Amino acid sequence: MPLPPFSLPALDGSPHQFPTGRHALLCFVKEDCPTCVLSMPLIQAGAAAFGDSMDVWCIGQDDAGNRRLAAAFALTAPMLDDSALHVSYRYDLDTVPTIILAAGDGEELERFIGFGKADWQALFQRLISVTLSPAPVVDWPAYPESRPGCGSRSVEPGIAERLQAEMEGSPVRARRIDVGESDDIFEFMFDQGLTDGLPVIPPTPERVVRMLAGTKRDPQEVVGVVPPNLAPVTVEKVAINAVMAGCKPEYLPVVLAAVEAITTEQFNMHGVLATTHFPTPVIIVNGPIRDRIGMNYRMNVLGQGNRANATIGRAVQLVVRNVGGGRPGAVDRAALGQPGKYTFCFPEFEERSNWEPLHVERGFDRADSTVTVYAGGAPNGIIDQLSRGAKSLATSYGLALATAGHPKAYGHGEIVVIVPPEHVDTFAKDGWTKDQIRERIQEVSARPARELIRDEFCAEGMTPQQAGRIGLETMVPKFRDPKNITFVVAGGEAGKFAAYLGGWVSGPMGSQMTTVRIRE
Amino acid sequence: MTTILDPTDERVPVRRSLTARPESVTGVVGLLNISKPRGDILIARIEERLRERLPGVEFRNYAKPTFTKPAPLDLRQKIAEECGFVIEALAD
Repeated sequence: MPLPPFSLPALDGSPHQFPTGRHALLCFVKEDCPTCVLSMPLIQAGAAAFGDSMDVWCIGQDDAGNRRLAAAFALTAPMLDDSALHVSYRYDLDTVPTIILAAGDGEELERFIGFGKADWQALFQRLISVTLSPAPVVDWPAYPESRPGCGSRSVEPGIAERLQAEMEGSPVRARRIDVGESDDIFEFMFDQGLTDGLPVIPPTPERVVRMLAGTKRDPQEVVGVVPPNLAPVTVEKVAINAVMAGCKPEYLPVVLAAVEAITTEQFNMHGVLATTHFPTPVIIVNGPIRDRIGMNYRMNVLGQGNRANATIGRAVQLVVRNVGGGRPGAVDRAALGQPGKYTFCFPEFEERSNWEPLHVERGFDRADSTVTVYAGGAPNGIIDQLSRGAKSLATSYGLALATAGHPKAYGHGEIVVIVPPEHVDTFAKDGWTKDQIRERIQEVSARPARELIRDEFCAEGMTPQQAGRIGLETMVPKFRDPKNITFVVAGGEAGKFAAYLGGWVSGPMGSQMTTVRIRE
Repeated sequence: MTTILDPTDERVPVRRSLTARPESVTGVVGLLNISKPRGDILIARIEERLRERLPGVEFRNYAKPTFTKPAPLDLRQKIAEECGFVIEALAD
């Protein structure tokens, strides 16, 4: 394989094109590398000895440094400017100096890195036989046997990602937006309507390339179609919004899975967004990934302070806003909205109870990592500090949940109840299963139909005809199906405070809880 | 200049960013009178003062046909080709 061709300017601006048709010695250097400095006299000696019959080029990685190196060593070989590092990148350099001997057609004949006296001596012998020139004058005893090189500038953090983003075959294809120097980048992003009202991290190509390293998925793979504009969203677009939200690359698989989940037909993100009601995608994370990316399922689990919890939820919201075009006042018609529309993501404290965690209940293996999305309202507290037995506690849950939405609203769909560790212990003491709690909730929250009829005091409730049809004394359960009650364990060790997240219209007519396996 | 990647579905054109402001005023400065009454007086006075402060700079005068409409495309292109700077002034 011949080496990639290139054209680089020398210090006087004259273009130098490779391959040259003659043998060429390409010497990649940077000024602040002592081993490069050590090698410079040898490069110059090579140029002096062989320069008539072949090309000996220095290729410097930093514009100002190139000039200083050339001056310091009275270089007669051309010093080519690769300060853009494109050639260094394409030549796959890790180390400088890198010395490459190429044939006239560009075929690589030899390459060594760092400094090795024996390498240079062998190289010069080879060049003597190729060019039939006399040996260069070198004070060999003055040189050490070997010295390691330094890192090529093309692999420095930040620069490597920039080069990757700039080069052919770049993983990023999104439209580039140039923000002028006189614009404040943060203000620019506010002005463009790209934020949720809080500042975002500018999604530079370098940051996006770094973010994409968090997944093995192809950057151009379509993850879903995002309402309301029904815009296809690629892994790359999700990564851009994840950068903006403040995610680390290792969070990206969770964000991708959450985007996949909310863009399913059954989750119905369009409706969740467009309703005047409260819901937002509540993202519940299960499985080993919780600890791998440092999520918080303990104290203040629904609160501020944990980067993974905060930014994963925010990234999903930004995807809906930016890719889907879902903006408040436009298709987002929420009357009040809720704070969870900035971000609402937390993991389950699976280890803290003997119950099956949410994802196992929903048919996945415990070793799977999953996201479950639920169209939920803001947390409502259930305070029970006095129950010392499971039945009493489940009764409290039932009495609290009876008021969910409205005390006369019956036939409720999905609801999520977050059970704190102290309540877990109270249930565990009596060996209660989740189904027993569900049953007790249905039992204590059920009301006879006659109590649920709309009347002159409160217009909410069922019509007398509906109540008559089912029988006035018939007990009506709060929830259409006890399976609609989902328990998730989370929270700090102290505090007998549970919370429920009210639902929206659930079932096929509204939104259904959806679980997706996280692919890394 | 910072470059960012577009986080949207790219259906809407992006607002163009401001050109970087040079450190000093050199070359040609255009003075665009938008043709409001007494705009010529204001522009002339601005030119007089700037000539004192910027002796090496050339000034060229332009005028919009009418203040009620945006400058015609050919006038905008002419100014963009000929000038490094432009001062647009109204009056009344």
